[in-house]
Amino acid sequence: MAEAQGRPVVSVRSVNCPNCGAATAVRTFGHAVNVVCQSCGSILDGKDPGVAILQQYTQAVRYEPLIPLGTRGKILRATSASGPERDADHEVVGFQVRQILVDGVAYQWREYLLFNPYYGFHYLTEYGGHWNVVTTLRSLPEGGATPGSGRSRSYHGQTYRRFQTASAQTVFVLGEFPWQVRVGETAAVADYVAPPRMLSGEMTADKEATWSLGEYVDGVDVWSHLSLPGAPPAREGVFANQPSPFAGAAGRMWRAATLLLALAALLWVMHLATAREKVAFAQVFTYDPRGIQDSSFVTPVFELDGRPSAVRVETATDLDNQWVGVGYALVNDDTGQTYEFAREVSYYQGVDEGESWSEGSRGDDVTLSRIPSGRYFLRIEPEGDRAGHPVRYRVRVVRDVATSLWFLVAVVLIVIPPIASTWRSATFERRRWAESDDAPAASSHDGDDDDE
Amino acid sequence: MASQSASCPNCGAPIVFRWSSSVQTVCDHCRSVVIRTDVDLQKVGVVADLPLDGSPIQIGTEGQYGDKPFVVAGRIMYQYEQGTWNEWRIVLDGGADGWLSDAQNELAISFRVDNPHLPAPEMAPLGYSFNWNGVEFTVVSRTLAHYAGVEGELPFQYWDKTDVMFVDLRSERLDFATLDYSDDKPTLYIGKAMDFDALRLRNVRTFEGW
Repeated sequence: MAEAQGRPVVSVRSVNCPNCGAATAVRTFGHAVNVVCQSCGSILDGKDPGVAILQQYTQAVRYEPLIPLGTRGKILRATSASGPERDADHEVVGFQVRQILVDGVAYQWREYLLFNPYYGFHYLTEYGGHWNVVTTLRSLPEGGATPGSGRSRSYHGQTYRRFQTASAQTVFVLGEFPWQVRVGETAAVADYVAPPRMLSGEMTADKEATWSLGEYVDGVDVWSHLSLPGAPPAREGVFANQPSPFAGAAGRMWRAATLLLALAALLWVMHLATAREKVAFAQVFTYDPRGIQDSSFVTPVFELDGRPSAVRVETATDLDNQWVGVGYALVNDDTGQTYEFAREVSYYQGVDEGESWSEGSRGDDVTLSRIPSGRYFLRIEPEGDRAGHPVRYRVRVVRDVATSLWFLVAVVLIVIPPIASTWRSATFERRRWAESDDAPAASSHDGDDDDE
Repeated sequence: MASQSASCPNCGAPIVFRWSSSVQTVCDHCRSVVIRTDVDLQKVGVVADLPLDGSPIQIGTEGQYGDKPFVVAGRIMYQYEQGTWNEWRIVLDGGADGWLSDAQNELAISFRVDNPHLPAPEMAPLGYSFNWNGVEFTVVSRTLAHYAGVEGELPFQYWDKTDVMFVDLRSERLDFATLDYSDDKPTLYIGKAMDFDALRLRNVRTFEGW
C-alpha cells in the first residue's frame, strides 16, 4: 500500500526505563504517548526522547493479559465493519484492567488495545469469558450526546436500552497507549445494549464525551482469529449484550407454529365443509322406568357407508325433573365388533324464591371416531329412577360427522414448543437484566425478545 | 500549479512554494519558518524537530475526497495533555484548501466556513448543540492545545502559538466540525469523518513490520 518515495521506513524503536533500565519495544511508532515498562510496570513518557517516569508502579497485584502483547491477527467484526479494515491485521499493543464498584464489590474487566498503523485503534474487551470488539464511533447516537442520561439511545435505527451507569477506574496498565493513562484515573461510563451490540458512552471531566460500539464475539473465534494456544476462559453467567441463544429460535418457532396452525385450521375447515352428516338411523322410543321387565332391546339393522369416519349418536328426551341412563352398544351385524358406551341424561328445573332455575339438559350427543362402514344395529338398555315418569326419547345415528377434538389437540401440540422456547428466552433475559443496575420493571423486557 | 521559486532568507537554500495559496513554508535545510510577502520572503522563526508521531500521512500523500483528488501540502501538529494530533493541509484539484485531521488515525476532512456568529469558547460547553449549514452539531470535546510544530506549506502564518482552545463537534451522521480559537475571532471548520480506505491514499508512510 505504501511507497516510501525516498523516505525511510518508520522503524520500530524501544525505550529504556529510567527506573529499572529494562528496554521496552514500542509497537505503535509515534503514537505511543505512554509506554508501560514491561519489566517494572512504571508508566513512561513514550514521546520524550529522554523518557521520564510518569507514574511509578506500586501495586501488589500484577495482572497477566490472557492475550500476550504483540499478538497479531484479524479483528472480528460481524456486522458493523466498514470495509477492508476487517481483513487487516491488528496487533495487541496495550492492556488495561478497569473496574467498577457496586455495593462495595469490585467488578473488573480487561481491555486489549488493538493497533494497525493505517486503520488505527480498536479494543477487545473481556469480562467473565465474554468478549467484545469495540470501535470508537464518529457519529453520535440519537437521544442525547451525554452518556448516562435517558433510558435509551438509538443508533443506526436500532434502539439500545440503558444497562449500567458507573464510574470506571483504571487499576492496571501494560503496554502502550496513544493517550495518557494512569492507574487510579476514573471516567463516567454508561452502557446501552441491543444484543449482540452495546453502545458505550464515556466521559472524562468536562472535556470529552466518546461513544463506542461493542460487538459480542465468541471467545473461541477470538482464539482462532489471533491463533492463540489453548482455549478461551469459560463463560460465566449471561453478559449484558450476549445474544440470547433462544431469542431467534422462539421467533422462528412461532413463525413455524403459525404456519402449522394455519394448515391445521385449513384442514379443519375443509373437514367441516366436507362432512356429510348423513342420518343413518332415527327412531323414537318410550321407556317406562316403573316397568319391571328387562328394558333392553335391539334396533333394526342400518347401514353406515363410506370411508371409516366419525359417527354421532344423539339422545333427545322430554325429561322433566328426572334422569335416565342409556346403555348403548353399536354392533356390526357382520363382524360382531361392538362399541359400548353409556350415557346419562338429566334435567331439573324449578322456581326458588321467585327465581327460576334449571340444571342439566334434555339431550346428549356422543361422537365415536373412525367407525368402519358396514351394517350395524344398536342394542339399547335404558334405566331410570323407579319412581319416575315414562320418558319418550329419540335416538339418531348420524354418519360422517365433523369432529373438532383432533384440531384442539393439534393446536396444543403446535404451541407447546414455541411457548417453551419463549419461556427459556424470557429466563435468559431475566438473567441478563439481573446484572443491570437499571432495574427495569420486571415485565418490561419480557416479550420483546422473540425476534432478533 | 503556479509555483514560485526563491531563496531562503536565512541560509540561501532554494525555497519553493508549490501552491499559490500558500503563505508560509519551512525551509527544508535550516528549518526556518519562511513567509511570503508581496515583495519577498521573510524569515519569522525557526521550528524545532517535529515530535514523534505515528500518522500514516506525510507531505506529498495524495488522495481522493469524493471525486476530487487532493495532495497533502503541509501540516500543523498540536499537542494537548492527552497526546498530539495533526492537521494536514490539503490542496484539492482546482486549488481549494482543506484540512485532513488525523487524531490517532481518526480521520476527518473539513473546510473553513465563514460564519460571523460563532460562540465564545465559554459558550460552547460539552453537550451543547449548534445548527450550522442545516446540521445539528453537538460539542464532544474541548481541548486546550498548543502548537507543537509545522511542516510544509500553509495558507496562513502559523507558528509559535501558545495554548488555544479547540472545540470539536459531531452530529448524528458523520458530520464533523471544529471551532478554532487560535485567533482573536473564532474560526469554524465543517466536514466529514472519513474512512482510511475511502480516501484512497497513495504515498503514505511505511512502517517497519507492516
